[in-house]
Amino acid sequence: MEPGEIHALLGENGAGKSTLMNVLYGLYQPDEGEILVDGKPLKLKGPSDAIAAGIGMVHQHFMLVPVFTVAENVMLGAEQVKGGIAGFLDRRRARREVAEVSERYNLRVDPDAVIEDLPVGIQQRVEIVKALTRDVDLLILDEPTAVLTPQETEELLTVMRSLKAGGKSIVFITHKLGEVKAIADRITVIRRGKTVGTASPTASRDELAALMVGRSVRLTVEKQPANPGRPILEVAGLVVDDDRQIRAVDGVDLTVHAGEVLGVAGVQGNGQTELIEAIMGLRPVLAGTVTLDGEAVHGWPTKKVLRAGVGYVPEDRSVDGLVKEFSVAENLVLDIYDRPPFGKGLSLKPDAIAKSAKERIEQFDVRTPSADAAVGTLSGGNQQKVIVARELSRPLKLFIAAQPTRGVDVGSIEFIHSRVIRERDIGTAVMVVSSELDEVIGLADRIAVMYRGRIIGIVGPDTPREEIGLLMAGITPETTDAAAAPAPEGPGNEDEA
Amino acid sequence: MTNPNPVSGSPDKEPATESQAAQNAVGNTDRAATTATAPKRPEGQPRPSLGRLFLDNLWAANTVTVTVLAVVLAMLVGAVLIIVSDPEVLATYSYITARPADAISSSWTVVSEAYANLFKGAIFDPQASGFTASLSPISETLTYTAPLVFTGLAVALAFRGGLFNIGAQGQATIGVILAAVAGFALPLPPVLHLLVALIAGAAGGAIWGFVPGILKARTGAHEVITTIMLNYVAVYFLAWIIIQPGVHSPTRADAISKPVESSAQLPRLLGSDLRVHSGILLAVLATWFTAWLLNRSTVGFELRAVGENPDAARTAGISVTKAYVLVMVISGALAGLGGSNMVLGSTANALTPEVVAQIGFDGILVALLGRLKPWGVLLAALLFGALQAGGNRMQSYSGISLELVTVLQALIVIFVAAPALVKAIFQLRAARAARLQTSLAKGW
Repeated sequence: MEPGEIHALLGENGAGKSTLMNVLYGLYQPDEGEILVDGKPLKLKGPSDAIAAGIGMVHQHFMLVPVFTVAENVMLGAEQVKGGIAGFLDRRRARREVAEVSERYNLRVDPDAVIEDLPVGIQQRVEIVKALTRDVDLLILDEPTAVLTPQETEELLTVMRSLKAGGKSIVFITHKLGEVKAIADRITVIRRGKTVGTASPTASRDELAALMVGRSVRLTVEKQPANPGRPILEVAGLVVDDDRQIRAVDGVDLTVHAGEVLGVAGVQGNGQTELIEAIMGLRPVLAGTVTLDGEAVHGWPTKKVLRAGVGYVPEDRSVDGLVKEFSVAENLVLDIYDRPPFGKGLSLKPDAIAKSAKERIEQFDVRTPSADAAVGTLSGGNQQKVIVARELSRPLKLFIAAQPTRGVDVGSIEFIHSRVIRERDIGTAVMVVSSELDEVIGLADRIAVMYRGRIIGIVGPDTPREEIGLLMAGITPETTDAAAAPAPEGPGNEDEA
Repeated sequence: MTNPNPVSGSPDKEPATESQAAQNAVGNTDRAATTATAPKRPEGQPRPSLGRLFLDNLWAANTVTVTVLAVVLAMLVGAVLIIVSDPEVLATYSYITARPADAISSSWTVVSEAYANLFKGAIFDPQASGFTASLSPISETLTYTAPLVFTGLAVALAFRGGLFNIGAQGQATIGVILAAVAGFALPLPPVLHLLVALIAGAAGGAIWGFVPGILKARTGAHEVITTIMLNYVAVYFLAWIIIQPGVHSPTRADAISKPVESSAQLPRLLGSDLRVHSGILLAVLATWFTAWLLNRSTVGFELRAVGENPDAARTAGISVTKAYVLVMVISGALAGLGGSNMVLGSTANALTPEVVAQIGFDGILVALLGRLKPWGVLLAALLFGALQAGGNRMQSYSGISLELVTVLQALIVIFVAAPALVKAIFQLRAARAARLQTSLAKGW
């Protein structure tokens, strides 16, 4: 690492990136080898040693106290006191420090805001400010963009550039190739705990991806033109509130046909989550209708919707998708445990569950030590494959996948995408919701863009990225080119701006 | 679910999650022999002998080892308490530098005698002669065990369903009331009468479990608070109903109800001289039922899924509200059966304000000690039953107060709840994270 350098550490999930950085930050002790800082070997016994040596870290999962203010979080662990023995916390000084650092690196944060009220992107900024107030020279960012919207990612990259200009070095851990190319000065690729190569940011995406997974990967999804059939899912005038009783979906109309993929693009938090949860019966429908293959399903309990032939990959796999303490086999039957052959009457059939698990693990290439291993011990990509395997192993009319590849390594992304397309080709209506524009463009036959609870436009997959990007930002072009859509109709594209 | 074979696959298919790598690393640094645990063994390697596996598991700081060591530690602390609480022994310590043998021998005598009496009272007395006398300790142990199995299962089941049922005491209390009333108020033929009384007891507990269940499901009221409050209601309801006409015994002035008819009593197993009754058989049956319910039934699958991750369960179409109500009803019914044991068995045959003793609260300890697993609960209840039975003899023969047994029970549970402490004391490898701690934390 050199001063003022952004060094990207690229690798699949479980390649050892985070472990390496945890060693650097003193959280783990190295078994062998040493760390050199300014040419001198360094022994780190804990994070405080690392901070003293000028190394700061922003973790993938933020280490902030939600009910404290920004300033309080920044001073946490390095509290300044005044008033001698009385030991009052010097909040004013903490506020001043936050303001100074914000100013210097153009990191806008309000020192008095309470963390839990802040959006994720700003919380991350607080973490960076916190590291910077400790006077670090080297900042480690562990998968910082995994939780960010495209806009927030853009802002983060700007922040990183200004830090670099200020002479700080940054280690940027990620598995997203685009960001690496956009920002890194040097790229080190790690696979299975070993450095497999160093690349410059001019290397092509395919080269980087191949280095990462050890073989060449298709980043563009290979597929034949869609062959849309009858409408399967029809949503009309749907109105849904979010958890805070604020309108999240405000009159959405859309149709998904058999044998096509409808991509729903949009910056996270524009109602996509609530739209899908309403379709799945997880959230009350306040107005409008949801029709599945001619049958009104709004107001149905989730179990009935699933039984009617809907497969659902929820957007947050660890919260909604899996029971982490359950075995792989149990998770594979999480929503069909009471149907033959897995359950008969009141009793479960463990043999049938084990047999089916073995098949699914094989078919979907789930890498697990055994079907009995707790799902929480698998890597993110394999966890996601368990969900996909579960949902795709029964006959479906409609398959809804929300953020199907978030936090998933390149190899698994490829696999999951090919499965989605295969499902489309056997005549299932598919709806993919993703905040990764590339994913939506790659998979979808039609793209619906959501903005503030409405479908702001439905476009074809050949639409230029910039145009979709503008739609995601709520800007409709004067000429909504309906001809671009290959589908016979687009009930949602008449609207509203 | 039972698939001991590792998934077949090429070597490069090994998952490389960090946690597994860490686990492997931990295994490798220590005893080489212990690394060959079943799931990680590569194919082709010979299977280690059963004895080897047994030893490996024993030393891998598993739950059984920790529990046994916790009992040992608790008895050591108990020994110190016995010494300190005996003035004569304590006196020998005042001249310990002059004659250390005195202090040591007198301490040894008092402690060994106390624990010998504990053993003789709970398991077997070598000096006892005759059938009845030699079986008496076991009979006492099983008598104390039976109700604890029910309340332990009640708490464990609710825990697995994600609910911290502190209300087993209250549920057992309502159960005991209904069982007793059915036992003396209904004129029914022998077998039917017992059956009706048991069902009444279970129903009473189920009702008392249903209330916090429905409150939790519908309004989100925390079950810890509602069950604790309902405990008070149940206990004072018992105190009130005993003295009501029709319930109160007409021949007695103190607070005691009419006695349960003999047709509604649980038959004794080993003749009328020994107290052990068929409640222990029901307890084993209940354990089997709970184990089946949790692990082999669709209902149990739902309960466990809701207990571990309600969001994922809901997304998979499982009704979380239904699961909460159901788990509390079943849990309450089990606790109610435990209560019924106290009045239909041999410990008492009429309602008094203390008729349920502490079985509900002890049930929490039993459930935790049994690691929330049905058969584990049965074993934990046996240990507690033995301590209770042995404690009675220890009190009468060695003059050591029964409260020491309570202290021992509490210490055992504390040591079990803090496996890290036990492992640190005995220098065991930290092979497995303590599941109990996480489940405890989740309860709140």
